[in-house]
Amino acid sequence: MRTFQAAAVVSIVVSALIVFSLIGRAVSFVTEVDLSDLAAGGWFPRRSMFGLPTILTGSVIVAGIAMLVAAPLGLGAAIYLAEYARPRVRKVIKPVLEILAGIPSVVVGVFALSWISPQIIGRLSGDAGLFNMAAAGIGVGVLVTPLVASVAEDSFRAVPMSLREASYGLGAKKRSTTTKIVFPAAISGVVASIILGISRAIGETMVVLIVAGGTGGAEFSLNPFNAGQTMTGAMAALARGSDQVRGADQAFPSLFFVGLLLFLITLSLNVVSERYVRRVRQKY
Amino acid sequence: MRKMETTTPVEQQAPSARVVTSVRSAGEDEGAVNPTVFDIENLSVFYGEFKAVRDVSLAIEERKITAMIGPSGCGKTTVLRCLNRMNDLIESARVEGRVQYHGIDLYDTQVDPVEVRRRIGMVFQKPNPFPKSIYENVAFGPRIAGFKGDMDELVDQSLRKAALWDEVKERLKESAMGLSGGQQQRLCIARAIAVEPDVILMDEPASALDPIATGRIEDLMQEIKQEFTIVIVTHNMQQAARISDMTAFFTAEVSEQNDRRTGVLVEYDKTEKIFTNPSNERTENYVTGRFG
Repeated sequence: MRTFQAAAVVSIVVSALIVFSLIGRAVSFVTEVDLSDLAAGGWFPRRSMFGLPTILTGSVIVAGIAMLVAAPLGLGAAIYLAEYARPRVRKVIKPVLEILAGIPSVVVGVFALSWISPQIIGRLSGDAGLFNMAAAGIGVGVLVTPLVASVAEDSFRAVPMSLREASYGLGAKKRSTTTKIVFPAAISGVVASIILGISRAIGETMVVLIVAGGTGGAEFSLNPFNAGQTMTGAMAALARGSDQVRGADQAFPSLFFVGLLLFLITLSLNVVSERYVRRVRQKY
Repeated sequence: MRKMETTTPVEQQAPSARVVTSVRSAGEDEGAVNPTVFDIENLSVFYGEFKAVRDVSLAIEERKITAMIGPSGCGKTTVLRCLNRMNDLIESARVEGRVQYHGIDLYDTQVDPVEVRRRIGMVFQKPNPFPKSIYENVAFGPRIAGFKGDMDELVDQSLRKAALWDEVKERLKESAMGLSGGQQQRLCIARAIAVEPDVILMDEPASALDPIATGRIEDLMQEIKQEFTIVIVTHNMQQAARISDMTAFFTAEVSEQNDRRTGVLVEYDKTEKIFTNPSNERTENYVTGRFG
């Protein structure tokens, strides 16, 4: 019992230390940097341009495209698995989905660069370069789909059989039972799955680093077919040293500021989704 | 052509049957033999390899309350769920024999189970209102059936028939989950009534309720029996004796080969006869409390 307690304490202490070190260095970055640099028209740490709008919109665009892929695919798969698949089919598909969730993100990143970008984005827009935010978004969407599917499926399966029977007993077809009874009854779980998906998509790094084209810096852009930088991509490039240069003293500390920002965003998303999940457990 | 033959009689007979009710005065001669709604012939039900019910034959009359009683595992619920093809939802379930509804074989390949359930409603053991408002619970069935009339009026009428209106009229927009168990069950009855079925099947509708709520459900059944044919499964012999016109007594026979229980119909007769002067010794043992 002592050992488990120690393990719990250590993990909490480590988390707290991470947050404290983030806060400390983030604060020193903000106090030392020229605040107008934070509103620069691009993210070029080597030139002391820390344009937060650039990486914030980059994250939103990539996560948004990711969810355009992951929400319909994930929810569709969840409905199929929970409501339509025969037990035998389910026994095969469910583990496949779980394996998909285990694919290393670097593999998806390479796939996004070698196939999604030229084959899908290249065909959608002739102007798009090989490195662009849209390809990164689709790649992240592929990564996030199993998570959305799994959380949503759990919430569909948590809807009691008796509600489906009541619906069938009133002469409802399978389709109306699924869309008008099961789906609304599981709505908090569905929302939770989407929020968790967004949180995961914003936090995803490797695919963005490989294919979004932000290493070395990026101009502010709202066009997903352009190269761009996200918060995570910016952090990775800084940490690796590729976005640093002698003389740009603020480049490295900016890493902690962005890290804190990212931490706060994903934390609040997770708290919100946790609340929804709890609501789904209380019902019926 | 085949489809026409199997579907049209249902379309025609159910409404004409309803016309007959309005002509009959309430409480008229309880002993009279009414037209047959269900004619069950040699029904056997299997779950996979397991035979749950064997060779059940009985005819259920229109606008009467038919009770199915018997010990646990005697297959009474299984038989009930065959009457609106609810057993279709269980993957391994398989039916042999015939269940005729107004002369139509319910298990004919041309018959649509969705249409069957629209005519033959069901109330379940545990109250299972949808996690929606009281109003939406009642409106759900008519809405999916494409009801175009005055929904407020239909909800109002259905709740009145289910003796729930006075308790909920002020809070139709509130969640049905906030009602008491007895109210929830009456809401489920209102919900079933709202699709204007021909038959209402009830699977131990009062077993999860306290005696007062049970009494209200029983009174309600007597009221709506003027309009609907009711088939009720119950564990409670007194309940069957109080409310039903006809009673079917089922029991479970234990196979000597594999020790599994198969339900059989022992006796089916007027309720009064089943409880006072049964023909079969097993029935007598059960209703007098010597067995089960």
